[in-house]
Amino acid sequence: MLRLECPVCGLRDHDEFTYLEDGSITYPKLANENQDDWFNAVYLRENPRGRHIEKWHHTFGCRTVLLVERDTLTHVIGKIKPAHPKIAAALKQPATAKKRS
Amino acid sequence: MARYSAWQILKQGLTGNKSWDPAWRDASPKSSYDVIIIGGGGHGLATAYYLAKNHGIFNVAVIEKGWIGGGNAGRNTTIVRSNYFMEGNTEFYEHSLKLWENLSQELNYNVMFSQRGHLNLFFTPGQRDAMIRKYNIMRLNGIDGELLDRDQLISKVPHLNYSQEARLPILGALYQGRAGTARHDAVNWGFARAASNLGVDIIQNCEVTGFISTGGRLVGVETSCGEIRAEKVGMAVAGSTSLLAHKAGLGRLPIESHKLQAFVSEPIKPFLDSVVVYGVGHGHFYISQSDKGGMVFGGNLDGYNSYAQKGNLPLYSDVASCAMNMMPALGRVKLLRQWAGIMDMSMDGSPFITKTDLDGLYLNAGWCYGGFKATPASGWCFAHTIAHDAPHDVNKLLTLDRYKTGHMLDESGHGPYPKSH
Repeated sequence: MLRLECPVCGLRDHDEFTYLEDGSITYPKLANENQDDWFNAVYLRENPRGRHIEKWHHTFGCRTVLLVERDTLTHVIGKIKPAHPKIAAALKQPATAKKRS
Repeated sequence: MARYSAWQILKQGLTGNKSWDPAWRDASPKSSYDVIIIGGGGHGLATAYYLAKNHGIFNVAVIEKGWIGGGNAGRNTTIVRSNYFMEGNTEFYEHSLKLWENLSQELNYNVMFSQRGHLNLFFTPGQRDAMIRKYNIMRLNGIDGELLDRDQLISKVPHLNYSQEARLPILGALYQGRAGTARHDAVNWGFARAASNLGVDIIQNCEVTGFISTGGRLVGVETSCGEIRAEKVGMAVAGSTSLLAHKAGLGRLPIESHKLQAFVSEPIKPFLDSVVVYGVGHGHFYISQSDKGGMVFGGNLDGYNSYAQKGNLPLYSDVASCAMNMMPALGRVKLLRQWAGIMDMSMDGSPFITKTDLDGLYLNAGWCYGGFKATPASGWCFAHTIAHDAPHDVNKLLTLDRYKTGHMLDESGHGPYPKSH
């Protein structure tokens, strides 16, 4: 069992999460009509043996999509943060800033 | 080397079994070969055998990082079938099944191929219709397949969970009678012995660490045993394909490495005389009984990219519940062993047997979790592709550029998804 430290919920077993995909992929803008750009993003994979950035969805928790750094050979988990930059930024703010007026 | 025969068994038995020859020569590398095959699994050994047998290329080396058959060739559930419906897969897997049917005679080695039949269960009318369509396409291609309704299935395998209270009551099955199982180690040893007999060097404990090319053409490989030159190099290293492709300069491939577990129970008395398979929703399960009596079964991938040959417990629990849903009688049977192998998961669930952009380098990869059944045809087609520098009709659609041209072989209709098979 892998255990992932969810920034919202805390340390949880990996079967609470759904593995989504390689998190290092940058998809082209929707208006981009270059076939090669799409082919590279949709089909080709670095597939490293070692450090891998990947997206996990906390399906049976807070439902945040997370970017997880994990080693594909040893399964050691590294940094974890929300995939959405605004959520990541919001979680970084001190508790007082979150208080509603 | 003496042929295996009843006479040999009698003679050796009467003389204390002291003069059997080793089944193959454990060779040291020469400085150069006509062809080097990287990877001493079933596919690599079969390729070497068919290069010598069909194409008269005897100066061949198979280079294996560990020991032959120690990778996925020894980590599968041994099922052999040809129930595919996409053009490209249909003819390839049927070609393989035909080679299986004569493989023990061909290799003079008993690969214990047992055509015990393969049952693919369905639970909904929609699933039944989709399967009927697939099996009709198989029949139009000369491949056997038939529809069994619930009563026919009950008379064939009476101890499945036929209860109407089941989570998903069984409606029937599609049946391929020529499908079955084989002894995985025997397949490797048989191909190794037959290839070695034809002069192929099998080099174990020798890892390929780099590729040597001059003028855009591959001329050899660097290994832990030194530099070895060759006119042509074939890669059959499913699981580690991306790693070697990067070293060869092929760049990124449409492959992710995932781990798949399999399980075998303690031996029990004859319980199941066919292969039973089902896939519905997230549930995926396949089971057969080995000749030793162990129930051999498996299910889905563990779910995340991995090069670790060890499985996780949540998936074991998932597969065990699939088993209990289908065969409640297995509930008291103890698990004997569990293992995991690393799969080349391609982006459409189908493999590659093809030339590459680098002259002299050939690629055999992307087997997902269906490579065992393909072993003879994979070697047969890869040998043809290497020998003629062009694919055979049977593997001409198993290309690397099919994603770019829109000719995916996507049996499950998932779209780009590295977890189909």
